[in-house]
Formats: sequence, C-alpha cells, structure tokens
Amino acid sequence: MLTKRVIPCLDVRKGRVTKGVKFKNNVDLGDPVEMAVGYSDGGADELVFYDITASAEHRPIDLGMVTSVASAVRIPFAVGGGISSVADMERVILAGAEKISVNSLAVRNPEIIREGAATFGRQCVVLGMDPVRSEKCPSGYEITTRGFRELTGMDAVEWARRAADLGAGEIVVNSVDADGTRAGFELEITRLIAEAVDVPVVASGGAGCPAHLVTVFREARADAAIVAGMIHSGEFTLAEIKHEMALAGLPTRLSW
Amino acid sequence: MIVLVDYKAGNLTSVKNAFTAIGAETCISGDPDVVRSADRVVFPGVGAAASAMANLRSFGLDSALADVIRQGRPFLGICLGMQVLFEHSEEDGGVDLLGFLPGRVRRFPDVPGFKVPEIGWNQVNGKEYYFVHSYYAEVGPYTVGTTDYAGVTFTSAVQKDNLTAYQFHPEKSGRMGLALLADWLKG
Repeated sequence: MLTKRVIPCLDVRKGRVTKGVKFKNNVDLGDPVEMAVGYSDGGADELVFYDITASAEHRPIDLGMVTSVASAVRIPFAVGGGISSVADMERVILAGAEKISVNSLAVRNPEIIREGAATFGRQCVVLGMDPVRSEKCPSGYEITTRGFRELTGMDAVEWARRAADLGAGEIVVNSVDADGTRAGFELEITRLIAEAVDVPVVASGGAGCPAHLVTVFREARADAAIVAGMIHSGEFTLAEIKHEMALAGLPTRLSW
Repeated sequence: MIVLVDYKAGNLTSVKNAFTAIGAETCISGDPDVVRSADRVVFPGVGAAASAMANLRSFGLDSALADVIRQGRPFLGICLGMQVLFEHSEEDGGVDLLGFLPGRVRRFPDVPGFKVPEIGWNQVNGKEYYFVHSYYAEVGPYTVGTTDYAGVTFTSAVQKDNLTAYQFHPEKSGRMGLALLADWLKG
C-alpha cells in the first residue's frame, strides 16, 4: 500500500533555517543541509525548502543550497519561494531538486503551471496555496498571496481544481489560520481540496503533535503532511510521529 | 565506464548524485557511440513516453541501447526508462516502445481514493521505495517484483539476463535505494 508521507518543511532565510511564524520571530534553527541530512536519516519521506529571502526580497533562489542538499540527501525534495519563471524552475531542477513549488507566481500567471508541467512533467510542479477562512468565497476559503498579506478574492477549491487541470502534479494546502499555531491542521479546507482534485494533496500548517497527523490523514484525506515547528523544536521526532501513525492503522513507512 | 543515458527525458542530477554517494563515477551522454562503448548503462527517465521515444529514435539511441543489451552489458532502466523497454504504451494516444520486453504499459484507472500520479513510498518485495508515475507496466514473464496501487498489481522490478529495471526511483529511495544500486554494480 502507498504510505502516507511525512514531509519536514525548512524555511530558509539568508542561508539559515529559520522559524517562520507569519514572518515574525526569525530564530536561527540551523544549517539547511545538516538539518536535511538529519531529517532524511531520521525517517522523512520527502523534504521541502522555502527560500524566504528569494520570495520576500525578489532575489534569485540560492542554488548553492539546492546543490548541496541534492548531494547530501537521497530522498526527494521540493523547493519553493521566489520561483518567477520556467528558467528559474529549470535551474532549481538541474541543481538537483525533484520538484518546484509555485504559489504567488501561479496566481499572477496560471499558465506558468502548464508551461512548467509541459517542460518538466507534472510530477515536478507543485502548486502551493495559502487559503484563509472567508465568508466571501463559496467554499468558505479565499486564496492569499505574498505570505498571507494579500487577499485575492479567489475561491480556494476552484483555484485548486484549475491548477490541477493546468497540470499541477500535487497541491500543498497551507492554512493561513492554522500556520504556526501548532494547534492542528485546518481539516475542512484540506478535505475539500483532497476531494475536489485527482492529484495528491499535502496538508500544511498547524501540525503540533503526532495526533494531528493521524487526524489529517484519517479525516481530511490528505496524502501527505508537512511538519515544521514541532520537529525543529525537538519536541517530537519523525520516528515518534510515524509510530503514532502506524499505531492508528495508517500505512506508514517505518524503515529507512 | 558507467554511462547515464541523456535523451532529454528528465533530470539526471539525482541519478548521478546517487552513484557518487556509493563511490561510482558516471558519465552523462546522449551520444549513441558513447553509450555503445560503456561497460554499464543506466537508462533513467521521467516524463512522457511519446516524446521520449521520439528523442531516442532521432538521437539514434534506440539502436545503441539494443546493441548494449544484446551484447550482454549490464543495463539498468529506471521509471520511464523501464516503461519504454516494453512493447506498447497507452500514453499519448498509443506509443510503440522499444520492445525489449514483452507486454504493455497502461494508465492507472480512476479509482476513488487513489490519486494519479502515484506519488510516494510503496512496497516491493517487503521494502519501500519511492514511486512517481501515472502509467504502469503489466506483470509479465520477467517481472521479479510487484506493487499494488489503485486495484492494480503492476511490475515494479524486472530482470531479463543483463537487463534490470525498476519502476520506482532507487536514487530517491534513501538507503534502500542506494543498496539496490550498489548490488547492481556488483552484478
């Protein structure tokens, strides 16, 4: 059986992994390559890196970091933040990343999803989305961009469907309301999108303890889940998370 | 010399890095003569069957690969590089493949609860490896490992004389994957 994936997320600012809680509290958590190796050795199924500097400061992505991670780890990893063209995608993929994630760029220019998928294959193109609870939209969730700062008026479920049609191979649903809270994933929007599209859906935002992952897999039908603060803090390990998932009867990769 | 075949079907960086991790130097090439001169050939691939086959033919790699296989040199196919070894794929409206192995490649059916592409870790002979694919090769006489997804049991590992191939990505499957590559180097 295909196992449910646990994916550590590393926000990188100026070459260091930082704690990103809505862009406040820039605590230095460590070196991205060292942390990547630690998580890979510790049971991570994949990794994702968001280059916060590239995204916020409109700088090119740190390809040196991508190359170093690609040399050091033997599990798939995705890179997002600051991808602004197909040329950017190509640079990141050639440097060794398996997938690139687009978010604000895709909202501005949805065709970039189609172009990326046509050029590299849909499995390389991940659509990241940041929905916030909103009464303005039919699904109850509105898409935000620019690190949750801008409301777009777009319905989250409709955007997910459109992105999948355009060629996104996977969708990461990062709840603005849950992000950084460690109080659990936003189950409703995760489930709505998991049921709306035929591509894998990754839950993101709010993971605080292993039970949260069990819940998001069981009740929200996520195919994968992102964890950040709860493991960066050392409070929980990937092994503990996976043990809990297995106990709950979820198909889980337990040897690595 | 180990040659990684470059036919513009995806990124070879991960594959190269994996062989480096187990101490093996590799040479990336799309030149049929370089491929013919290799001691061992690795044939990776990601993407769509039709454009892969078009590239293989236009680069003259289809005959180079046939020569290498016929001459008994160790040959490793990965993902699309496994699929194109079969006879025919449903993809892109129907594509004739290289035909080194009997059988067909088909798309996963639409089954509620099973997303396509299959992305993630699934079991082959009791161990987990990383898969990313929307098409699968049917089980056949040279299948040595199978995997289940969307109600289908498909070929995840195949072996015919000097030809080894995997549907999953050993270069992205952590320690287990590296162990397979190391085993292949010994064979």
